[in-house]
Amino acid sequence: MSTHEPIGGRLFTKPFALLLVLVAVALVLMAQRFMGGLGAVANINDGYPWGIWVTVDVVVGTAFGCGGFAMALLVYILNKGEYHPLMRPALLAGLFGYTLGGMAVIVDLGRWWQVYNIFLPWHAQPNSVMFEVALCVAAYIVVLWIEFSPAFFEKFQAEGLKKTVKGFMFLVIALGVLLPTMHQSSLGTMLVILGHQLSPLWQTPLLPLLFLISALGMGYAIVVFEAVLASLAFKRPLETDILARLSGVMYGVILAYLALRFGDLILRGALGVMFQGGAKGIMFAIENLLFVAAALVLASPTARRTPRNLFLGALAMLLAGTVYRIDGYLVGYETGGGWTYFPSVPELLVTLGIFALEVVLYLIFVKKLPVLHRLHKA
Amino acid sequence: MSINRRDFLRAAVSAPALALAGAGEAEAMRAPKPVPPDAVGMLYDSTLCIGCKACVAACREANDLSPVMEPGQEGWNEKTWDSPLDLSAKTFNIIKTYQHGTMAAKDREQNGFAFMKRHCLHCADPSCVSACPVSAMRKDPKTGIVSYDANACIGCRYCVYSCPFGIPRFDYSSPTGKIGKCEFCRHLQADGKTPACCHVCPTGASLFGLVVDLKAEAQRRLALKAGDAYDFPRGNLSGGRSFGKGKGLGDGQRQDHREGGPDAGDAPKQRRLRERAHLDESALDGGHKPHQSPHPGRIAPYQPHLYGDKELGGTQVMYLSGVPFEKLELPTKVPEQGYAALSEGIQHTLYKGMIAPILFLGGLAALAFRNTRKHGDEEGER
Repeated sequence: MSTHEPIGGRLFTKPFALLLVLVAVALVLMAQRFMGGLGAVANINDGYPWGIWVTVDVVVGTAFGCGGFAMALLVYILNKGEYHPLMRPALLAGLFGYTLGGMAVIVDLGRWWQVYNIFLPWHAQPNSVMFEVALCVAAYIVVLWIEFSPAFFEKFQAEGLKKTVKGFMFLVIALGVLLPTMHQSSLGTMLVILGHQLSPLWQTPLLPLLFLISALGMGYAIVVFEAVLASLAFKRPLETDILARLSGVMYGVILAYLALRFGDLILRGALGVMFQGGAKGIMFAIENLLFVAAALVLASPTARRTPRNLFLGALAMLLAGTVYRIDGYLVGYETGGGWTYFPSVPELLVTLGIFALEVVLYLIFVKKLPVLHRLHKA
Repeated sequence: MSINRRDFLRAAVSAPALALAGAGEAEAMRAPKPVPPDAVGMLYDSTLCIGCKACVAACREANDLSPVMEPGQEGWNEKTWDSPLDLSAKTFNIIKTYQHGTMAAKDREQNGFAFMKRHCLHCADPSCVSACPVSAMRKDPKTGIVSYDANACIGCRYCVYSCPFGIPRFDYSSPTGKIGKCEFCRHLQADGKTPACCHVCPTGASLFGLVVDLKAEAQRRLALKAGDAYDFPRGNLSGGRSFGKGKGLGDGQRQDHREGGPDAGDAPKQRRLRERAHLDESALDGGHKPHQSPHPGRIAPYQPHLYGDKELGGTQVMYLSGVPFEKLELPTKVPEQGYAALSEGIQHTLYKGMIAPILFLGGLAALAFRNTRKHGDEEGER
């Protein structure tokens, strides 16, 4: 018997239908983009060649998908077996965050039909940070599906396959920690080459470390966030004990991040740039206030035991990591020449549709597959 | 056992952190890449430019680009004028104007104006080449020309995003858009011809040649006083001799360059060697294209600096100007190494020979193996 079970219930609810509409709208807009070029839908330009499709769908999207990575680190590497019940839902979030992030890349690539060139050795450019990110993310998507495969094998009662996969699962788990460590940090390294085009509020050789630590924080946050929402939506009891302890881990991660972030800013003497006015200073303040807010909400062990604080802390952490990424990739970037960028409504709708699809798939999977932990009979 | 695990994790977390934070930027940086010894380049002297835009038209013709009419120009432009406002995927070269106050005098910052030619600078250590995941941007090891291959390109636009000069552009209006940028007329150079913009420039403001020769030419101008008479060379500084087909210097002479570098003391000797090579070659070829006659003029009050000599590791297109360079859309507060030196340095520190990741993976696998076995009683994915 599995310790996980599908929660069942009706799939086609009103919110589900609304999500499907959002997905459909995004699909229509994507078709428009593929027929008319990127400019037909997105507001990106030569001053801001990367808009929200890169920044949000891929960079933020994969960070949202770090639940599986962050939990695997805790459960299998740090040997905290007590968090095991959260493992599978965390992997599920990662599965969609990454798979859809990887697919969203195609929408943004100007010459998408040649994307396989990344995998051809004679085109390989190992000095390129993006090359490393692309290979790592592609490999990690495969790893996530293997990590999650026991849920399928249980559903379809393929005990033999499940046993085979379990035989080498330790290696897959190790890869499932190594690969995100590599590419989540490299998503920070990607910005180093921008040089003076990225404001000193964000440009630092510590970018890889800051991206990695904040991705871990977002990984724990998404697990807590999802657990609270699932308990509300599916009327399941909240696993307060375990979530409180996990939020303690998240609190430590946020403190480490803030120490490193501000230590670096002070050492580089860059903190004053914040007061030079404009969107950069304001967004920098918002970004870091969100990190501080997350830390404050989760500061005391008693506070961490209230569902409200758990939810708010996780939400603040997710927003903080999101704003940090948007700031690093977009707000802090200025190439000169007076370019401006703000996403168009259709561009936003494509991003919204991709996130809606993630929720749709999550709902299908938890209702039909053994993902959530079996409830103890009262 | 738990001590082993703690030690491993501590090492795994602190090693990259130390490598990045403790070592500091200088240590993390990989060695800068120098300009290749036989690199070809361009000297753009803003004080010579008269803003005729013959170079812009010649560029279009040479690169088979149709004229550009910007939105809002329909009223006065009946598709007869090529009137781009900026570089784009379909404009590889553009002349812009600096304007201040009454614009009474050329090449003056206050109440003056100046021309500026914008296109790829063909960096010694280009960010676009470092950024490109599929080698669509390449730097020729001999000529140093940074070329683009649309058949390799996946359209990620990381080159557009990373270029510190804002040069590569993408065509967002087409479902099969390409990157567009100056490739220094490499197709013309392969036929022994001069890049179109330099070939047509009537005043020698755009001058083609070997980077070493162009640097010497620039220093000669900078050494003179404003108002001095000077015969400004035009077109190809080396008199129509081509560099594109491997007709460069002999091996021995190339060695000279490499050891001495472009700034070595015996520049006159190198020049003599090159001139001889040129004469020998033209004799063998049965003659060469005639030199363009020089443009007699006067030295302008220059900013005492050759832009591109050191900036971001050096560029093969270099600038002389009468007004400060930051007025001409050139980034001035930049380091003397390309940004790729730091970003690749960080990557190489972390991923050198993939040794660190493989060790890390080994440690992770050992821990995962032990910990999944320990939880053997627990069902699920283990």
